[in-house]
Formats: sequence, C-alpha cells, structure tokens
Amino acid sequence: MNASLNYLDGNAAAGELSRVFSVDITSAEGQCANCGAKRRFAEAHLYSHCPGLIARCALCRHVLLRFANVRGRVFLDLRGMTYLRVDAAKQAEGSN
Amino acid sequence: MAIISRGFAGRRSAAEAKLPPGQYLTTDFPVLSAGPTPHKSLDRWEFTIDDGSNVLKRWSWQSFRELPSETITTDLHCVTRWSKLGTSWEGVSLDVLLADVKTDLPYAMFRSYGDYTTNLPLKDVMNKQAWIAFKYDRADLEPEHGGPARLLVPHLYLWKSAKWVKGMTLMPHDKPGFWESLGYHIYGDPWKEQRYSNE
Amino acid sequence: MEGTAVLERVTWRVAKVVAVHDETATARTLALVVRDWPGQVAGQHVDVRLTASDGYSAVRSYSIASAPSSDGRIEITVERLPNGEVSPYLTQEVMAGDELELRGPIGGWFVWRSDHMEPIQLVAGGSGIVSLMAMIRSRRSAGSSAPFRLLYSVGGPEKVFYRDELRALSNQGDSVVITYAYTRVTPKDWPRPAGRIDAPLIAMGTWPSTLRPTSYVCGPTSFVEQATDLLIAAGHDRERIRTERFGATGERK
Repeated sequence: MNASLNYLDGNAAAGELSRVFSVDITSAEGQCANCGAKRRFAEAHLYSHCPGLIARCALCRHVLLRFANVRGRVFLDLRGMTYLRVDAAKQAEGSN
Repeated sequence: MAIISRGFAGRRSAAEAKLPPGQYLTTDFPVLSAGPTPHKSLDRWEFTIDDGSNVLKRWSWQSFRELPSETITTDLHCVTRWSKLGTSWEGVSLDVLLADVKTDLPYAMFRSYGDYTTNLPLKDVMNKQAWIAFKYDRADLEPEHGGPARLLVPHLYLWKSAKWVKGMTLMPHDKPGFWESLGYHIYGDPWKEQRYSNE
Repeated sequence: MEGTAVLERVTWRVAKVVAVHDETATARTLALVVRDWPGQVAGQHVDVRLTASDGYSAVRSYSIASAPSSDGRIEITVERLPNGEVSPYLTQEVMAGDELELRGPIGGWFVWRSDHMEPIQLVAGGSGIVSLMAMIRSRRSAGSSAPFRLLYSVGGPEKVFYRDELRALSNQGDSVVITYAYTRVTPKDWPRPAGRIDAPLIAMGTWPSTLRPTSYVCGPTSFVEQATDLLIAAGHDRERIRTERFGATGERK
C-alpha cells in the first residue's frame, strides 16, 4: 500500500458525525481556516486509522476537524474550518 | 444494548502473557496515523530542545547519529487495545540528549514533522525511560512507523511515542498535545488503564 | 451529568439477513430486512457493527447495492479482504436468520436522485461498483431515461460484480453504456491489453466534458485520485465530480 494515500474522505466520517450533527455533513461546504479553500466536506481527506477521526484539507493538508469517540463521550474540534455551510432547504428535501 | 454477533471474535488472539488491562496481543505492527507520512530529507532533519524562548540544543542528523546509542527490547501498548511484545529498537537515550540541559521546567511538549504533538512530564523521559529511536528490528526505521526517528516511551500508551519527532519544548505547566486535547488522558499509564480524560 | 450535552440519537437498528448469494469467489451480497428502515437514496451506505460475546465490537461501512424500495429490504455486497477482521465473517460465516446491527442510511453528497436528468458518468474501481450499481438500479426502477455511462475498472472478468445483470443491461436499448477496463486479466481476444485506466480510455469510454455530466467516482483511494485527475485533464469541472474513497485495501472503515 502506498502509505502516502492512507486516507479516505469525508463520506467515511458521516456515520460517526451523525452522533453530533442532525444534518448530513458530507454535502456541507467548509472553508479551510488555513488556505481558504472551499470544498464539500465529502472531499476532505479523512484519516480514520488512529484513535479518532481527523479530516484534512485536500489542498493544504491542514487539519479541518478532529473527532474522538471515547467511551461514549464525543469530542469535536472544528477550529480548522472558518465555517461549515449547510443548505437547510435541501436537507429538508429528504436526503438523510 | 448491542446484539451479539453469532460466532464473531475479531482479530484478537488469546493473551497468555501478562498484558495491561483491556489489551490484546498482536503479532503484526499496525500503522495508525492522523495524517500523511512526512518525508523529511536527512540533510534537513534536526532535533531541537527549546524552552519556549531559546533553543537550548540542536542536532543535525549527522551529529545526532554520532551520539552514543543503545538497543532496547520492550513492549508496546496502544490505546486502541493492541499490544506487541518484545520489540527491538536502537536509539539515543533522552538522558544523553538532556545531559547538558539545565532546567527547572518540569514538562515537555514533543513536536513532530507534520503537526503532531504530545506532552509528557520531563521526569518520565529521563532515567532510562525514553529514547529517540532510529532503528526497528535492526533495520532503519521506516517512514510509516515514524522514520527517520521517533520518540519511544514504552511505559506509557504508544500515542506518547511521537513518530517523526523533531524536537521538544520545555514547559512550566502541563499542556495537552494532539490527542490529549481530544479526550485522551493527559498522562496515559496503560497499567492503570488511563486511556481517556476523567478516567 | 448536568450541563453536558447528551447524545440522544439512537442510530443502531437491527437487521435480519434473509438471503446471501456470491457475486464472485470473494464477494458476497447479503440481503437484509431492517426494522423501521426509513428508505435510502442511491449512493448511500450503512455502517455495520459486529459485537463479540465479550463486548468487543468492530464497525465497517458498506455501500447499499439495491435500489430504493418500500419494503425495508436492502442489499450490501461485501468483498472478503485477505487480512480483514470483519469481511471474512460477513462473507463466510453469516447466514440467513442471523441478525446484524447497522446504522444509516448515511451520506448526502455521493447520491443520485432519480429526478435528475443530466448525463451521468459512473467510474468504478473494483468494489467501488456497489454504490454505482445502486444508482443504475435506481434509474431502472424509477423508469428514468437519464443518459448513464459506466466505466468499470476491475482486475479481470471473474472479479466483475453483478455480471449477468450488467450483461443484460448492455443488451437493452436506451440503457447504460458500459465500458470495462481490465487491469490484470482480460477475456480472450480483448482489444485492449490489461492495464489501469488512462487518458485514451477516458476519451473513448466516458461522456465528453462538453456534455457537462455529473460524475461519480468510487473505489480505492489511489484509483479515485487517478480517475479524478484524468477526468479533470479531459476537461471536466472538479465541482461536477463526486468521489467516494475506500482504503487502499478496499475496506472502508
């Protein structure tokens, strides 16, 4: 395995993040607080083979989001994103 | 209440050796990582000790490899529950690196290439408890396992053994590093099962 | 504890295995009936949780292969990985009557809804075909005539999932145009030698970028990166390419 491609994407975090977010996170647009890139969260590089979930900007690799589920308590750090934008109207259309 | 899956056991094998509570024995060496593997060329690698204001010591790869090193055989315990026994390493003891460092700062934040950090009491990396390791199993430490050099502190959970280590910052107070700020225990003693904060 | 936000969402549902059948020597489809299943959109996945008798548990994600239906029945296709912890159990141990826990449906970006009419380009790498097959099946059950093309990169003919169904599709008019890219073993007299997808294959086997299709690329991370780069080089907008990555070993965690 090419170790430099040891990531998945934001889709793989959606199940765990549904413990905190009542809306679908993958179609939310996020802005990287480091480089300013605006991308769908689904396109973030996701490192999941570690004691948590770490989402990184696909462009600059800066950490966007950190998530850990420690014995039923969830810790979430969103400082790596300037914002997360959710289209509430589209959410209501019936995507889960 | 989870339903039990008939006949499912996972990949664990029976632990006959004495393991810390909640651990299982593994024979492979899982690679866990929170980011892309850094690739630092050796001619640009360095390890520094600073106190937050001043650099106290600095080694290039060449000067680091000229320091006396030793072989260590030890057990590894990861917070994700796997343990690997009898692993062999070669590294430079932190006692050697700290030999000429005069400080009364009691804590250290270890920093890695990439953005990983982990905090430790200074006394936990002295007195033959910690090394900067550059060989595993008699071969150069591979990048996916933290090469060219990683911290090795076997008496604590493996997340404290920072891969791709590049330096340590001495601190007056304990401050949480990468995982410690996300719900993991500030100290991490596997024998007291200190996995998470508020344990 | 006072002042602490409580995680209230009860997400795990019980699913009963009602049928299993093998797609290939190493991949098996499980048909599940899920209690209180809310229905899904093509492209969504489920997380499956297995629990050993001592409480040890493992969770893995699997794309839903079946089209949306109203009977609470879904299908997942699992590829058995050589060093897998969960896939050997799901492909060799599980049988009809067993129960699993699952969470979902999950995902809102990598989905195709049957009211979308623009041209769709599907690009599958190995077991990435599963979620794209759900889109193909959804299109058929909705009676949609949206123009669909599928580029399916796979090791060899014996590794193709849904082989008979895809062959039947190819023989129907007004249906999905399928291009196979065999990477290791080709059928006899196959015009293209075995190899990974490349620019010429994209040029002849996918919608031209001038049609402005929406593309869905699914497979191992390295495949997705390569296919996405090729589509962009062929003139497609990055914003119109949706991706879903599996681990390099094919198992998404």
